[in-house]
Order: sequence, then C-alpha cells, then structure tokens
Amino acid sequence: MSAPVLALETSCDDTCAAVVGPGGEIRSNVVSSQGIHDRYGGVVPEIAARAHLELINPAIDDALRRAGITFDDLGAVAVTQGPGLVGALLVGVATAKAIVAARGLPLIAVDHLQAHVSANFAAPAPFEPPFVCLIASGGHSFLARVDERSGFEVLGATLDDAAGEAFDKGARMLGLPFPGGPHLERLAREGDPTAFTFPRGDGVPGLDCSFAGVKTSLLYAIRDLGPQETERRRADLAASYQEAIVDALAQRAARALEITGLGRLAIGGGVAANGPLRARIAALGAEVHIPPMELCTDNAAMVGLAALDTAAVDRSSALALDAYATGERDL
Amino acid sequence: MDDAELRITADPQETAQLAADLARALTPGDVVLISGDLGAGKTTFVRGACRALGITGRVTSPTFTIVRRYEDGRVPVSHLDLYRLADGVDDAALLEDELSADRVAFIEWPSAGLGGLAEERIAARVHLEHLPGERRSVRIERRAA
Repeated sequence: MSAPVLALETSCDDTCAAVVGPGGEIRSNVVSSQGIHDRYGGVVPEIAARAHLELINPAIDDALRRAGITFDDLGAVAVTQGPGLVGALLVGVATAKAIVAARGLPLIAVDHLQAHVSANFAAPAPFEPPFVCLIASGGHSFLARVDERSGFEVLGATLDDAAGEAFDKGARMLGLPFPGGPHLERLAREGDPTAFTFPRGDGVPGLDCSFAGVKTSLLYAIRDLGPQETERRRADLAASYQEAIVDALAQRAARALEITGLGRLAIGGGVAANGPLRARIAALGAEVHIPPMELCTDNAAMVGLAALDTAAVDRSSALALDAYATGERDL
Repeated sequence: MDDAELRITADPQETAQLAADLARALTPGDVVLISGDLGAGKTTFVRGACRALGITGRVTSPTFTIVRRYEDGRVPVSHLDLYRLADGVDDAALLEDELSADRVAFIEWPSAGLGGLAEERIAARVHLEHLPGERRSVRIERRAA
C-alpha cells in the first residue's frame, strides 16, 4: 500500500476518524466526543448511533483536512468491525462501505482489540514484536503475547470488572466526579497507599485478574468506617484502592514477562495514563513502550495502524460486511 | 408478579446458585431485571444464571460496553448494564436488538429506565442488598405462571 488509509472507529462513545500513512505515520487523529454525557459520562446505545451519524462526516472531513489530503489521495478505508455496540459500529461500517463503493477503494475490517495492540506500531518509533501487551481500559483488561504485527494471543483477562471500571466505580463510592480515574489518582496523592489493605485477586489462577473483589472491599471499608471517618480518610482510601489495582496489574505483567521470557512490555488503554501504574511498570526492568495517550484511549489512528497489517475484505463481499458485538476471543 | 421469595445468601457462590435455579426455567424472549447497589453481586448473579444456561466463556461486567452477548449456551444471551445511561431508555424499542424474542436478556441497573418493555416479557425481578459481611439478601419476584 503506497497511499494513506482513512480509518473510522465508532465502537462506543466517541466518533473517531484518522488518516494514517503507509509507513505508520499518523497524519491526523480526530476524536469527537458526543457531548451528550450524563452524570456518569454515559450514552444510550441507540442515541450513540444517532450521535455517531451526526458526527461521522464532520470527523472525516476534519481528519482529511488536517492530513492535507482529499478522498482522491486515499489508498483504502479501514473501519472497526467489533466488538462493541452493534448500532454504533454500523455507523462506521456503513460510512466506510459508502466511501469504498463511491471511490472504488479496498475496505479493511479491523478488530477493536487488535487496534489497541497495533497502537504500538506508530511511526517514527514503532515498538516491534515480540512483546507482552497489557491493555487496561473501562471496558477491557487483558494481557497478550504479541509475536507478529497481525495478531496476538490472550494470556489472561479480567474475570469480572475491567481495571478502568474499578477506578471509576471506586471514585464514585468516594464521591468523586466522572471520569473517576484521574480524580481518584489526584486524591490518592495526598493519601497513604498502605493505610488499608485491599485484595489483589491473588486467588485468581494464571494471568487472569479480578477487580470485583477490590471494589466490594472498598465498599465494606466505607461501610465500616461510617460517613464521618470515611470523609476524614478519603485520601488514604483512594491511595490504598489505587495501590491494589496498580499492584494487581503490575504483578500480572511481571508474571507474563517471566512466563514468556520476553523482556519487552507495552501498555495501552485509558488506564495507561495512571502515574503510579507507569512508575510500577517502569520498575519491572523490561523495555517498556507506552504510546502517546491519544493512541491509548479509543481512537481511529490505531485502527489505521492495524489496517496496514490486515488484508482487505474481498471486493465482492465488501458491501455485505457486518459489525459484530462480541469477537472470537473470550474477552 | 405475585410469586416473591426472599433468601439470604452467605457468599457469592450461594448467590450464583440462586441465579442458576432461576435460569433453568427461562425460555427465549425472557427478560430478567437485576437491581442493587454497587458491589451487591449483580454480575455474580448473571454469571450464575449464564453457567446454568450452558455458557462457559467469561461473563464480565458490561458497565462500559453497555452490552455483552454470549452465544455459546443453549439460548443466546444479552447481558446489559444501564448504569452509564443518562435518563433511562424510555422506549424499549431502542434496545430491541438485544431484547429480541429469540434471546434471553439480563439487565443490570434497570431502574435507569425501560419504559416500553412489555410486562409479560419480564420473567423475574431480582433485587440484591448488602447485609453484614459477605451476606446478601436476594429478593426474586417471578412472573405469575
């Protein structure tokens, strides 16, 4: 492929479009948040689909303009096929089909989770396989072994809540606003991470993890302390809670490095923004790669990067491409 | 809804067992609503029900993804979580892909609103409450036979 790829991502709340060059250069990366956030930052699935519909064309125009190109310059169109909300995904899929049909371009279907892994391949300094990849976000938490650009093997994943969800729900219990992760991290700076001992999911075998237990333990601690004492010790609770989540993730990452014998680790997903997690990961002694945050949270540039290593859909069936809610991997 | 039972469970395994007992009577098109505070065991309940329906894969929280689907059991299942939704879903038609007649649906945080869902589709309403320690009270209201 010698011409840039236009990539679209509409799997959840954000409407994303990007232009990625054939060598993995990110020419533009546009994220339009839907602006219909409620008190928890959420959206109704079908309303999400309608908002994606309104935002997708402006997002594409913006991505092309920022890249300094037009539809005439494109070599292919890539789109997230799943997993995600089907109604939301279909906006991206239908838009991509319309463009490829009108322009005679190849269509490349990308898995959202592969895209998170492929975020590591951005130029000018791609992090090449083999490596261990930890993806931790609101919707997903998993560890993968990446031996080639076009695929990965799941080593372990959460059995219940995702790490980012644990941050958000813990923040909510402590009366912090959405998005909970950054607020909780800020409050935790004033607290003692050893003040309370919360579970790390130590009983979970292998490289799977569990964050429902830590959430429930925080709830019990708040219940046992009572409102006044909880208020007084909020920072200690936040710091100890964060410590448990970070420790659980770092322990699993360390174990994955040991089991695979790979000395290289990449992290992604929104939780990669967490300072203490970054510090713990840096101390593991591996060669660590963390893409810029705009490539860690949901975005379309990672979809374009994944597309560079994915075969196009056969032209005769491109217009029949359907979205999928759940991928083939048990995640 | 005239058949209500209230049970106390000692731990998550017992909560899952109650769910399994409920799930065995479910048929395609049934919807089960599960309410209760954070950490009360809603996802644990759905997991227990899914295991009884023959689903072997991960049953994880759909809070951020809103919907997860499980297709490997004896009936296809949609697992919804309306926690993040703003003003509720006034019109059940908005969720019709997930609440179709060939699927069983479990809905966490249903109080966020499910306005138009036909009452006869609701096979059971489950409410979980925290008790001291790991115990929970589980109230199950089943649809009248």
